[in-house]
Amino acid sequence: MSKEPVAVVGVGQTKHVAARRDVSIAGLVREAARRALDDAELTWADVDAVVIGKAPDFFEGVMMPELYLADALGAVGKPLLRVHTAGSVGGSTALVAATQVAARVHRTVLTVAFEKQSESNAMWGLSLPIPFQQPLLAGAGGFFAPHVRAYMRRSGAPDGIGSLVAYKDRRNALKNPYAHLHEHDITLEKVQASPMLWDPIRYSETCPSSDGACAMVLTDRAGAARSPRPAAWVHGGAMRSEPTLFAGKDFVSPRAGRDCAADVYRQAGVTDPRRDIDAVEMYVPFSWYEPMWLENLGFAAEGEGWKLTEAGVTELDGDLPVNMSGGVLSTNPIGASGMIRFAEAALQVRGQAGEHQVDGARRALGHAYGGGSQFFAMWLVGSAPPDA
Amino acid sequence: MNREIAVVAFAQTDHRRAGEELSEVELLMPVLHDVLARTGLRTADLDFVCSGSSDYLAGRAFSFTLALDGVGAWPPISESHVEMDGAWALYEAWTKLLTGDADTALVYAYGKSSPGSLRDVLTRQLDPYYVAPLWPDSIALAALQAQALIDAGEADEPALAAVAARDRENAAGNPHAQLRGPVPHGDHVVRPLRRGDCPPVGDGAAAVILAAGERARALAARPAWIRGIDHRVEAHALGVRDLTDSPSTRLAAEHAGAFERPVDTAELHAPFTSQEIVLRKALRLDGTVRVNPSGGALAANPVMAAGLIRIGEAAARIHRGASDRALAHATSGPCLQQNLVAVLEGDPR
Repeated sequence: MSKEPVAVVGVGQTKHVAARRDVSIAGLVREAARRALDDAELTWADVDAVVIGKAPDFFEGVMMPELYLADALGAVGKPLLRVHTAGSVGGSTALVAATQVAARVHRTVLTVAFEKQSESNAMWGLSLPIPFQQPLLAGAGGFFAPHVRAYMRRSGAPDGIGSLVAYKDRRNALKNPYAHLHEHDITLEKVQASPMLWDPIRYSETCPSSDGACAMVLTDRAGAARSPRPAAWVHGGAMRSEPTLFAGKDFVSPRAGRDCAADVYRQAGVTDPRRDIDAVEMYVPFSWYEPMWLENLGFAAEGEGWKLTEAGVTELDGDLPVNMSGGVLSTNPIGASGMIRFAEAALQVRGQAGEHQVDGARRALGHAYGGGSQFFAMWLVGSAPPDA
Repeated sequence: MNREIAVVAFAQTDHRRAGEELSEVELLMPVLHDVLARTGLRTADLDFVCSGSSDYLAGRAFSFTLALDGVGAWPPISESHVEMDGAWALYEAWTKLLTGDADTALVYAYGKSSPGSLRDVLTRQLDPYYVAPLWPDSIALAALQAQALIDAGEADEPALAAVAARDRENAAGNPHAQLRGPVPHGDHVVRPLRRGDCPPVGDGAAAVILAAGERARALAARPAWIRGIDHRVEAHALGVRDLTDSPSTRLAAEHAGAFERPVDTAELHAPFTSQEIVLRKALRLDGTVRVNPSGGALAANPVMAAGLIRIGEAAARIHRGASDRALAHATSGPCLQQNLVAVLEGDPR
């Protein structure tokens, strides 16, 4: 018996900001969940199970917060599962929820991801000294900057590519009412003149620290048939992991990322991603990761990704729009960032992305990664049911 | 979707008070090697891997990432992690196998409680605005539950002591247990709970291999088929719950099909004696059912692995022909807030 097709019929987000002092953690997640249910025109009673994800518990200082959030998520008396796969968690959480529908264990699943980063300081939360382990050195930026430098050397990319990505994503964010950063006076010169944080990564080429939540309602064929708005159909989804550090690891283009994309493309029948995929929401916390992931995901040959960025291919009106929502560079509630990528991909193929809609987007890729470029989660969603 | 899925192998550490000379990876690796050796599988043969652990025990963010070194995740593996007891990792793996995308899965869990004060660490699970600032510790909350049970006339201190004595007597036959055989019941820790009513604090790890259909039959002489598995959560605030009952356990058991036919064995994840009494009632276990032949969580309670160990112990009894139909239970959160029930069966002998 084949798998049940999985449809996204509801998407909800909070307005992402630096600090949501007006709501508790419970209030934040409930706001996103409520909006997803409203979008699907469903109630809490229609939900069979809840799957929640977030990044490290230390970011809010609550151990296994799903226990405390059971009431706010309407999960009392229902199955509640908590996923944690580092930065990729928002994507993994959606995939775990999709699997429950695909396996016909549940018919309608609410999936939620969040981070309330104002409760702590994520950069130093990630920089605890651990005996016998390589220190992370001032958060994620210090860890990833050398890998960006390695990409620049390997590909021969000119210095200015990162600024182009940041300038594009921050302008895209102006068309997304939920994006955290709305820099109305942004110019390329301002990005290029921003302070150097972790050479070669500048301040304006770095993700913000956000409070935010994202939720989706996933359902089966029968649920999709009742949906008041178009559904996004899951055509493929996969996770891949590899160890943090080992001799021979390719931090620039990790094999786990390539394998994960290949698995998704195989499931979805994609043979030429550049041609077959209309829009991409990829996890780009530091600007240079756009050209790096373009290569890792098979949209460009090795060493060629920066040329797509430079030529404007990844602009909102380009041939392969990337991060139409403004991406992680404009909004980063860490645990939710992966799910926002997945949800924004769904919005595109549902035709519900508003001002940042790509005309006629039929297939879109959502991508997330985490840890030391070692955890990958991706899904490909389409406007038509799979095999239709 | 009618796909038969079974537990085909189980391995665990010898659970000890403090494995301070061992890192999490060093704690885990022998267990992973053991469980793989039981099936002849290698990491590269596994279609899916899922684990359960807690950053708050390790005292650092992303603590599970290094556990991948123990798995040997190269070439890259299809893998996921829950910040929950490993029993819920097994649930996630079970759904993955049901889809047909995977035929085999490795599930593991580990916890080192020894580096911190566990009863204080667990207070960080509580409502961060209204309860956690008061630091009510896990033994104090369990004592509230035990007192409610006594006030309702459903238990008294000798009844609690009898639970402890029976479980630890059972543990005498379990070489992995931390407390084996009779231990003094001791003084009150928090009334009405005495030292003997509480679980030992210890470090440990466990691993299970799941397989589907014919693959399971090829990997185990007598697979422990998962006939049903379900989990449910209750409200978080203790004040809105009846602590003498466990409706989420009963609901999970109903959905798992536990009440369709009697079980001969039950492995219950009851860290406190009073909780075993609550669970027996919710699961309608009478004197004919062998409860906690391993000794249960009162004999060894490596947090984050203790629930998965219940499923592993129940499956192992089916593997060796000591049980035909067994129930396994796992819990999470204060006073049995969240509960999972699995029903396992062996083929007729």
